[in-house]
Amino acid sequence: MKIIEVNALTKHYRDVHAVNGISFSIKQGQCFGLLGPNGAGKTTTIEIIEGINAPTSGEILFLGEKLGRQRDARFSQQAGIQFQQTALMDFLTVQETLALFATFYPKTMALAQLIELCDLQEFADQRATKLSGGQRQRLLLALALINDPLIVFLDEPTTGLDPQSRRNFWELVKRIRSQGKTIVLTTHYMDEAQQLCDELIIMDHGRIVDQGSPQQLLAKHFQHISVAVRRDDFPASGLDIDGDIITTDEDVLIQTRSVERTIAQLIANHVPLTSLRVQNPTLEDVFIKLTGHGLRA
Amino acid sequence: MKTFIALFVARNREFFRDRASLSWSLLFPILIIIGCALAFSGKEEQVLVIGVMGQHPNIELLREPYTEIIDYSDQQQALSRLTHHQLHALIDSNSQINWTNSASSRSRIALRLLQQQLPDYQQRQVEGTAIRYVDWVMPGVLGMNIMFASLFGVGYVIVRYRNNGVLKRLQATPVTALQFISAQLMSRLFIVITANTAIFVGSNFLLQLTMRGSYTLLLLIAVVGALAMTSLGLVISARTSSEEFAGGLLNMITWPMMFLSGVWFSLDNSPHYMQALAQCLPLTHMVDAARKVMLEGAGLADIWYHLITLIVMTVLLMAVGALAFRWHKN
Repeated sequence: MKIIEVNALTKHYRDVHAVNGISFSIKQGQCFGLLGPNGAGKTTTIEIIEGINAPTSGEILFLGEKLGRQRDARFSQQAGIQFQQTALMDFLTVQETLALFATFYPKTMALAQLIELCDLQEFADQRATKLSGGQRQRLLLALALINDPLIVFLDEPTTGLDPQSRRNFWELVKRIRSQGKTIVLTTHYMDEAQQLCDELIIMDHGRIVDQGSPQQLLAKHFQHISVAVRRDDFPASGLDIDGDIITTDEDVLIQTRSVERTIAQLIANHVPLTSLRVQNPTLEDVFIKLTGHGLRA
Repeated sequence: MKTFIALFVARNREFFRDRASLSWSLLFPILIIIGCALAFSGKEEQVLVIGVMGQHPNIELLREPYTEIIDYSDQQQALSRLTHHQLHALIDSNSQINWTNSASSRSRIALRLLQQQLPDYQQRQVEGTAIRYVDWVMPGVLGMNIMFASLFGVGYVIVRYRNNGVLKRLQATPVTALQFISAQLMSRLFIVITANTAIFVGSNFLLQLTMRGSYTLLLLIAVVGALAMTSLGLVISARTSSEEFAGGLLNMITWPMMFLSGVWFSLDNSPHYMQALAQCLPLTHMVDAARKVMLEGAGLADIWYHLITLIVMTVLLMAVGALAFRWHKN
């Protein structure tokens, strides 16, 4: 069941083509990622779906029905939104902010349940403006979930967080996904996309460069796995090993389709295995291969 | 309705928890009023102020350097000034009557001079004690305070919310612009009226202000005036997301309004175009009406014109503001 369909979407600002005719669909219950560097058009795309931004052309379907320019009550009741940067009302506590937003919707999640779900217990009575980065993102996530939506949009939710807060946030996202909610996530962190997303599109310069599940993308672009051994442990010549061998300053990398066979061959050749590492290609490798450059910061 | 009440309560909470600006918004006007009371107490101006209706009679008194002349066309207004010692005599050359105030020593000197120089005129007397400058300036300071609190309170806050993304977040909920705007306006109205009631009570306790009219009517003037001002604030904040621009615009509106609306000094003696301009400003109507009620005991019948003008301004400004309103930055 497709919850969102995007058809031939474009967004042109005066001289910038932010989004260039992209189409994709999001299945209900999955965590869908928009991955790309800053300026790739991820936020523009997601805000057009949310109804915050108007497209230049193209259409958006929600549960099979075309959405007009103004989002109706049906959409806003079913959508939870977390923006990249959101200030909250000054001088209101976390609990009061949640209570305020709860009045906006006919149907809401119980506040106690929401506070527990997003781990807000510790600071529920603190002012929302005094929270740490990680606490703040958890509150913003709670606000996005307050209407118990079918679909949740998270725009770069972990940008600027420390590693521990990021991991905590990932756990929350997984928890929410396990409740059957559809999650749409933009990120420029490859590890985040790999951790969380069932399916993703890689965007660059307003276009979709490739799409699929992280595993599909990896399998499609990398048929091999690298087996690395320290260079000092590796005899210079005379070995009988299949696959391309790349020598770097530190290591020797053997590009293989079968790790088992390569290790068996290394043992047969009496290569010491204390420094052995098996490196799976990451999305970062896919991205560099596809776009010809690393992530623009 | 639930949403409106929640937004209203939230905005009030924000205001009352913001201790710094709360205490400032209460203390500042009281300090001004006390300052006025101290600065102007007991000081007599060194001139005779003579009101004239119709042609100026060719007499020495009107040529003296110590005489200030103010032309009036409204006899009632001129006589009320005379009663409150703001005029020392009124020469009505149309009906050939000199009016003076028997309770004012300077008015009695004016009477003696007029008896010599205009012997043909009838001499008539009014009686009334002087009003202190602080009594006269009080409605002006309250009006000015309502103006600043309403304009900045609505104008600045909405622009800040737009700039920092609060409005964008609200836009993503089912909250309508109408719910949001009306909650902002009502919250500000409630805050402004509460704060100014406190200021009035405080000043009255310290200075025993003159109050000849009805408190209910004064409250009505404050409410209608504050509505006109908050609506003006809404117009200013409808589109921009720059706090600097909004701040500049607000200053550009509030400062001339403060000087042109007779907050600090009477505009009786100023050029006609300036008086005509003043009639277009909501503060003028609020201050004039409040002054008539407080100093002259005017009733609804005397000030309805001011109230209707303020209501018309409110309706127009609110319509423009609501139509122009945008959630997001451009």
